Amino acid sequence: MSANLRKGVGSDAARLQRSSRLSRLLKRPEFGALSGAILIYVIFYLLAGSSGMFTVQGLIEVLQVSAEIGILATAASMLMIAGEFDLSIGSMIGFAGVIVGLASVVYHLPLYLAVLLSFVICAAIGALNGWLTAKTGLPSFIVTLASMLILRGEAISETRAINGYTQISGITASDPNSLAIPLFGGNAGQGLFSWMAHRHWIESNPLGQPIIAGIPASVLWWIVLTLLATWVLLRTRFGNWIYAVGGEETSARNVGVPVDRVKIILFMVTALSAALFAAIQIMQVGSADTLRGTQKEFDAIIAAVIGGTLLTGGYGSAIGAFLGALIYGTVQMGIIYTRSDADRFKVFLGLMVLLAVLFNNFIRRRATLSR
Amino acid sequence: MQPIIELRNVSKSFGSVLALRDLNFDVLPGEVHCLLGDNGAGKSTLIKVLAGVHAVSKGEYRIDGVPTIISSPRSALDRGIATVYQDLAMVPLLSITRNFFLGRELMRGRGVFSRFDVARADQIVIGELAGIGIDIRDPSQTVGTLSGGERQCLAIARAVYFGARVLILDEPTSALGVHQASIVLKYVAQARKRGLGVIFISHNIHHAFAVADRFTLLNRGASQGTYKRGEIERDQVLHVMAGGEALENIAVEIEAQSHRSKETQ
Repeated sequence: MSANLRKGVGSDAARLQRSSRLSRLLKRPEFGALSGAILIYVIFYLLAGSSGMFTVQGLIEVLQVSAEIGILATAASMLMIAGEFDLSIGSMIGFAGVIVGLASVVYHLPLYLAVLLSFVICAAIGALNGWLTAKTGLPSFIVTLASMLILRGEAISETRAINGYTQISGITASDPNSLAIPLFGGNAGQGLFSWMAHRHWIESNPLGQPIIAGIPASVLWWIVLTLLATWVLLRTRFGNWIYAVGGEETSARNVGVPVDRVKIILFMVTALSAALFAAIQIMQVGSADTLRGTQKEFDAIIAAVIGGTLLTGGYGSAIGAFLGALIYGTVQMGIIYTRSDADRFKVFLGLMVLLAVLFNNFIRRRATLSR
Repeated sequence: MQPIIELRNVSKSFGSVLALRDLNFDVLPGEVHCLLGDNGAGKSTLIKVLAGVHAVSKGEYRIDGVPTIISSPRSALDRGIATVYQDLAMVPLLSITRNFFLGRELMRGRGVFSRFDVARADQIVIGELAGIGIDIRDPSQTVGTLSGGERQCLAIARAVYFGARVLILDEPTSALGVHQASIVLKYVAQARKRGLGVIFISHNIHHAFAVADRFTLLNRGASQGTYKRGEIERDQVLHVMAGGEALENIAVEIEAQSHRSKETQ
């Protein structure tokens, strides 16, 4: 009897297979975020379906807001899966912007070199964050809180000392033909969008040019990084180590996982995501400001949590972070389209975080206790 | 027979604290050598020395008769000395397969296309676990869904699969119920039959007597002697472990105390 039950005979086996596939879907970290994203789109379609939110222009704007959060959230969620936080992401954005600005405007470096320099320096600071966390055993919350203050203070004082003000303008103008400008701030598919405008499928200005020139580079960066992170997490050795380090650090160490190295690399990744964010903003607006990126570290964590990443580590996904960022961007823009009080955005966000955490805890209990 | 690993006159000190004193210990292929001792007797230190976590302060660590310096757990593992720690062998939120291959991921493809071969890894895990009588429905389920005994067996199976010659089992049965413990003990006996040397650390004397071929008793960092099975009785072992205080004396004392408290009432 029991042997029959276990092995499955005839149609019984097929039935067991089906139910386990459904429960496997329920156990995916991004399941909650996926249902949340669908629900939010249904709600906004009902409330603001005719307001312009669901035109090409409206949706591209939503994607652009989501992409900026999403680039940070992808990196932040990987670090959170490994059980650590990086609160210095926001300050790092301001700091990276200052490096690009000073290097290009004040020291006349080519723009691509200025950006490269900011990447190298940010990665080094990220490595220092990781090294301090790994070697001292202090909570990364504290270590990166310190670097959050240090980086912001340093960015403001350096800029004021060298440049006079806390803003640096004329960055793109200093090297207008640089390839870095389209790479980080350009638009893809411009020909397609012009053609669509010509056919009056999308809105155009009086000159016949489309109002939305193409798909912003930030959106493409976001998608590419999400795919890359998903590949790393699910199919590489390093990805397996990330989950193990956050799930049970001592066990991971016992079987030979280089725990410190994993953490240091992930802190470098969050720092690099901040530098990328800074490069994208600079190429879009042409200037840098020492206060850029303020509180972005929380936005990244919020998107990761809504996307199903556990605050305690060991569980989560890059696709989840993608959906979390999409929810964030959609709600932020959607509330404007509903013509309701846009200040309520934070209220919705708070409720959503609470809901997501409760749901994640429920899912985790199912994942670890169900037999 | 040549012992696989052997400690000769080993001492280990942490600052001024002498955790192990002039200790001799070895394990032969195809035997279960049980290490018994009370809390604080130095069992954990001895395991960590064997596993390469701590270097010896004095004395020799020999592998196949050759004096060797083991610098890290990884290098012990590479020489076939695998330690299975109680409760600290598995990552509960990771799948069975990912735990099994953790640190030694089964890859396919080259360079940037190199990827974790989940399908083949799943097949291997199902096969290895079926071999020791554990039926799992789905190797992608998390280890958190397994029972304590199954987790211990999975950790041991992993060590055996990756070529362990010596298994160091740290309290593998202490957190388990009777039935779960018996599953683990059966598996330990099976590993011995395959010619592995097993070092079995326990303070549960019944579990130790069920599988051990030899016993070494530890007390306050020093060996109280190594005995073959049949050379020593359970009561004697308990006597040595408790440092000379037989449990009967304690029982008598407790009874006397309770009498006294009744009289005063």
